[in-house]
Amino acid sequence: MEPHRARNNETTTTTRMAEALDPLRLAGAGTGGESVASAGWGAAVPATDAAREDLAPEPCRHCGEPCAGGGFRSGGHPFCCLGCQTVYSLLQEGGLTDFYRMGERPGRRASEAHAGRWAYLDDPAVARRLLDFEDGKLARVTFHIPSIHCVACVWLLEQLFRLHSGVGSSRVNFPRREVAITYAPGQIRLSELAALLDRVGYAPELTLAELDRAKPAPVRKLGLQIAVAGFAFGNVMLFSLPQYMGLDAYSGPRFRTLFGFLSLILTLPVLIFSASDYWRSAWASLRQRVLTLDVPIAAGLAALYAQSLWEVLSGHGEGYFDSLAGLVFFLLCGRAFQQKTHDRLGFDRDYRGFFPLAVVRRTAAGDESIAISKVQTGDRLVVRSGELIPADARLLAGDGCVDYSFVTGESDPVARAPGDHLYAGGRQVGGAIEVETVKPVSQSYLTSLWNDEAFRKNRDNTFETLTNRYSRRFTLAVVVISFGALAAWSLAGDPVRGLKAFTSVLIVACPCALALAAPFTLGTAQRLLARFGAFVRNGQVIETLARVDTLAFDKTGTLTAADSAGVRFDGAPLSPAQESRIAALCRQSTHPHARRLVRHLGAAGEGIPVTGFREVAGQGISAGVNGRLVVLGSRAWLAAGGVVISESPTPGSRVHVAEDGVYLGVMLLENRVRPNVDRLLVELGRNYELALLSGDHAHERERFAGWFGKSAALHFNQSPQEKLAFVRALQADGHCVAMVGDGLNDAGALRQGDVGVAVVEGVGKFSPASDVILDAARVTGLGRILDFSQRSVRIVRAGFLVSGSYNLIGVSIAAAGILSPLICAILMPLSSVTVVVFAMAATRLAASRSGLLSPASEAPRATSMPRS
Amino acid sequence: MEVIVILIIASLLLAGSFLGVFVWATRTGQFEDTTTPAMRILTDDPPATHTSNSLPPSPKTEPS
Repeated sequence: MEPHRARNNETTTTTRMAEALDPLRLAGAGTGGESVASAGWGAAVPATDAAREDLAPEPCRHCGEPCAGGGFRSGGHPFCCLGCQTVYSLLQEGGLTDFYRMGERPGRRASEAHAGRWAYLDDPAVARRLLDFEDGKLARVTFHIPSIHCVACVWLLEQLFRLHSGVGSSRVNFPRREVAITYAPGQIRLSELAALLDRVGYAPELTLAELDRAKPAPVRKLGLQIAVAGFAFGNVMLFSLPQYMGLDAYSGPRFRTLFGFLSLILTLPVLIFSASDYWRSAWASLRQRVLTLDVPIAAGLAALYAQSLWEVLSGHGEGYFDSLAGLVFFLLCGRAFQQKTHDRLGFDRDYRGFFPLAVVRRTAAGDESIAISKVQTGDRLVVRSGELIPADARLLAGDGCVDYSFVTGESDPVARAPGDHLYAGGRQVGGAIEVETVKPVSQSYLTSLWNDEAFRKNRDNTFETLTNRYSRRFTLAVVVISFGALAAWSLAGDPVRGLKAFTSVLIVACPCALALAAPFTLGTAQRLLARFGAFVRNGQVIETLARVDTLAFDKTGTLTAADSAGVRFDGAPLSPAQESRIAALCRQSTHPHARRLVRHLGAAGEGIPVTGFREVAGQGISAGVNGRLVVLGSRAWLAAGGVVISESPTPGSRVHVAEDGVYLGVMLLENRVRPNVDRLLVELGRNYELALLSGDHAHERERFAGWFGKSAALHFNQSPQEKLAFVRALQADGHCVAMVGDGLNDAGALRQGDVGVAVVEGVGKFSPASDVILDAARVTGLGRILDFSQRSVRIVRAGFLVSGSYNLIGVSIAAAGILSPLICAILMPLSSVTVVVFAMAATRLAASRSGLLSPASEAPRATSMPRS
Repeated sequence: MEVIVILIIASLLLAGSFLGVFVWATRTGQFEDTTTPAMRILTDDPPATHTSNSLPPSPKTEPS
């Protein structure tokens, strides 16, 4: 343990400050890309040198935060903390101060890097899995850096070579928030490179999932397939035009044959390369005895090519090559339109995306940073403030104050004493603690949830789409009509014409427009939803959203916002002097309650010296402030100080306040419900069955019961397994369930639900595997999203109707045996274009009807999300 | 009319070379990221001279 963390010691402001400047602690606070933990501290840090000036808060030169309490000065610029000042001087040395001219506040609040934090990257096994390329002299690595957010970030990261001679070049991929760096391993080690990034405020995010993830091969095939089809389509159309316009009377039959053969050759790569996915998919669905839409498409393509081949080789005509190439081209365009995905939004993350890549192990030889995969049972680990407990463990030393909100949904951090059992996934929010692991990482309480069968089913490869349900009937109709035409003409004594009618029906019924209706509607819907702040995994999710009849909500982090907890004071109003004394005392503690109070009280109490600070974990804090003894904490803590409180305890988090032995009142810390949640629930209650699944205790039952209505099931103290089981039971009753949650404790229910909606506070934050990722500011727009999904599905159905009527016209022409390439060449693109225009326009209209496009009352936070 | 044959060959060669350029551009990853270049063009490189003496100019080429 760090010696100065010992309890009950007499501390003055100076020694407190030394602790705050301890790089270890600040590094801990910065872990996970959040600087929340340091927010309270940074403001309270007075400078060690004479540079400190007591001025009105100026914006920090680097990060733009107000430099409360004076901060630092260097070169005439104010800085809020040592970290920011370090970044500035580093950039100044490298001649990169242009960085500050590029944006309002381009910098991210920096944290002093803990020198050993990245040491595990030098482990050859870890390095090998991270590096894209290495040849001894040069190496290339790609880091994911969630803090990349503006032009200045891109510029600074691409100028990295000016900060260290070992860095060759770096290239940023902004949408993916990645930087690829080429460096010389002889001059800079991987750990030093990561530390350099960390020092300038761009700490790479390295999680276990990152390491296990196979580098995805870039998807380039579809683009090439479209290019080949488009190339053939354009050229073949030119060769077909003379005949369509009757010009071959002038050019003669020689050219007709030449054009026919040219078209035949040009269409061959379309058939083999561009349409290859349709052959494969049709074959796969036939083998599984399912009629998907790809079956009639493949049949149509085959009929088109066979008919054209016969016409050209026998010299009867030119064939339908232009229609064939055009068909494939349109189909692939539809596919590309829907395939646009939100690259960096992890829809499939499991607990490994939540865990850090390395932990600090304490050995006889000292502390070392090791990869989390190497943690063994019995290891002694150091978990600093803001860090995760990676495996089930026993607390050895230090005051545990563990925030399980992400794992269990419990909103208040719990105090743990040495000897207590700690579950993996909790976040330590007090000082540093030392723990001994009792289970391997992969077998802890948290990770055992992933053994449920709900995680084994593959959600993406289902044939149960809207299109496929229609295509079954459609395919049957096509088969019946084509064989009927063949039989009818044969009976009438004209089997040649019958054969032509047979292929013609297959050709003209090729469901191009039908295949385009869903991709273009749902693709447009996906884009509009993304602009709204709801990111759906794929178009099929929208179909499921439209079927949902039951909504299950998590409470903590979903309906309530954990960070913006409100504070209410119950007692005689406090004077400003009293408030600043309380704030000054709270500033000395790292306890989350104290930090909440500091945030609540704002700038009060800055710079007031505190003497005789005492803190007892799980009890409270006390100190002399401006000559008065201020005591904050539990009833027992105040009672120990001679203040007896008579009132009966009501549930919730509370901090009692006493001054000089006089009871002042109690600070009530409430989890604030997101704005308009009450309205949302009442509104949804009219059309949906609602349920609440909370891991928290039931003290807020009354409040939520009013909003959820009488019939809703409210369940508290739910374990992750119980949540999953509840959703499963609802489904067994025939309900289509959407689960809305945010934490790992919801992971099972999100996965089991027909639709899992994960609520995130910002991009780059971890969210469990889900189908929809919803910006927290848009939770109240859930009703609009569901409404829009239903409208979108109706539009898809209408699109089917439109394309169906075109098919009806085409098929009646074909069955009569009078189909010509010209009719085909007009009908096919016309139907496709109509359906596409209809789908896109109607979806946009539906979005504005659902209120998705109207400027909402909430500020659109979605701008920080990657645009689709 | 035989001149059409030459024209056809010329046009196919031209269109084919465009297709070839597109294939090459896709293969080399030029369509992977279409957002960042638009941001990059807004910024200037700072002058190559800098105060720190430990920073020789670095090669800007990437290994293929």
